[in-house]
Amino acid sequence: MFLKEYFSTVFKSIGSLLKGMRLTGYYFTHPKEIVTEQYPDNRATLKMADRFRGEVIMPHDELNEHRCTGCQACEIACPNGSIKIITQQELQPDGKKKKRIDTWVYHLDLCTMCNLCIEACPTTAIVMGQNFEHSVFDKKQLKKILNKPGSKLKDGVE
Amino acid sequence: MSLLGEDVMTEDGEFVINMGPQHPSTHGVLHLKVWLDGEIIKKVQPHLGYIHRSIEKMSENLSYRNFIFATSRMDYLSAHMNNEACALTVEKGLAVEVPARAKVIRTLMAELTRLSSHQLWWGCTGLDLGAVTPFFYAFREREAINGIMEETCGARLTQNYMVPGGVMFDLHPNFQARTKEVIKQIKDKFDEYDQLLTGNVIFEQRTKGVGYISKEDAVSWGCTGPMARASGVSCDIRKLFPYSAYDQVKFEEILDTGGDCYARYMVRMAEMKQSVSIIEQLIDTIPEGEFQAKTKAVIKLPKGEFYQRVETARGELGVYIVSDGAASPYRVKYRSPNFSNLSALPHMSKGAKIGDLVAIMATIDLVIPDVDR
Ligand code: SF4
Ligand code: SF4
Repeated sequence: MFLKEYFSTVFKSIGSLLKGMRLTGYYFTHPKEIVTEQYPDNRATLKMADRFRGEVIMPHDELNEHRCTGCQACEIACPNGSIKIITQQELQPDGKKKKRIDTWVYHLDLCTMCNLCIEACPTTAIVMGQNFEHSVFDKKQLKKILNKPGSKLKDGVE
Repeated sequence: MSLLGEDVMTEDGEFVINMGPQHPSTHGVLHLKVWLDGEIIKKVQPHLGYIHRSIEKMSENLSYRNFIFATSRMDYLSAHMNNEACALTVEKGLAVEVPARAKVIRTLMAELTRLSSHQLWWGCTGLDLGAVTPFFYAFREREAINGIMEETCGARLTQNYMVPGGVMFDLHPNFQARTKEVIKQIKDKFDEYDQLLTGNVIFEQRTKGVGYISKEDAVSWGCTGPMARASGVSCDIRKLFPYSAYDQVKFEEILDTGGDCYARYMVRMAEMKQSVSIIEQLIDTIPEGEFQAKTKAVIKLPKGEFYQRVETARGELGVYIVSDGAASPYRVKYRSPNFSNLSALPHMSKGAKIGDLVAIMATIDLVIPDVDR
């Protein structure tokens, strides 16, 4: 009686192991069902999701104009101080002085990609970029200035 | 010879070893000091604090919109539920009504997160017990869910999708079709999970009867979630205190009376199926309308105390906010499920073999950043 039980346990055990092996064997012989992405070899065809949050960027149009008024709403909205906006008073053609941005400093190394700055911006001057390959050799390179040199505020954006 | 100021060998001949903080099976920087008599565990002492980031203290300096993002980094596998708990607490304070659409979106997202979290747990449990294959199979389905998250929320893990009053963006146009497809796929794969692990003789022998905790003990150690339910404690917040859209769906609270590692395993496996059924019930009937209620730009909660709990993938998360009427909280306290669940580990592993400690930890499903916060 004991022997019988012993052998039936052994066979059942081997059966349970084989059951798992059958599944792995199936995938071994059906390479089409493999879903691994061949990154970085597929860099050329890799497409991130539309809303993917890789970094904060400030789009400029062909006239080198951006939409940032320097209201600093994003700076206040950022939970970890990744944004620093330095403004200056600029003389307008009509003789009045107006607040304009001088430098829009973005600390990529602090940013958590939480999207709160984008939500806060009243003029959609900043958006989330899709680049996610941020590694650099020097940490200093992660401090970025988003407004391009010589750029100015787009007309009509207040 | 001294280790952390104590002798490696105690006077009664017990051997002291340190498991972690860099140990692959502690799933994070958990440090366990283990007193051994041969192979038998005499005592376990968890040492915490290696990944303490003082999220609670940090929140006191952040506005009510901003403090939510940090909770994604507590239990990062239940990021949605953590965010949701904070958002719900703020909404309670503000007494705003969340639009019906946002409620359903929240529930859908929470259940998808629970599915992906349990899948990761399933893979890791296999890995901890010496089976590498489940890990890859679990990640295959989890990847599909992460893809949905990425499409709608913009991030795969730390989504920060919940804002006070609703959700940050509307659902992506592909969301419904893609979720249905993924859910169908996942349903087919549950059989594979069973083939690989559930019936496996090695797995069963390593989990059955190991790490037993009784119903009474589970209650007195404050265990929640699948861990307590495996001991027969009915504690599903979704059922007992429904929030978001959980009052609109039918699902079962999975209970088991085994109390051992195997029971915890079976509870989680059954919970995955319940999550799938909740998603199926909601996916076709997402109400139209607003996805975010209007809130003021600067949120100020009235003076007082606010508490809200939710069911994360690991148990009950409670958010307690004390407000003095200012634009940021006076005090925030998180009652995290992992901390309480971990506190039962010394009790559960007393008298077990050292190899079983790994099995016990795997089925508690610890996420260490949530313990330390
Ligand atoms: S994404 Fe978040 S952390 Fe990054 S700059 Fe914007 S607000 Fe700050
Ligand atoms: S980016 Fe937007 S929110 Fe930030 S300063 Fe410019 S306009 Fe204001």
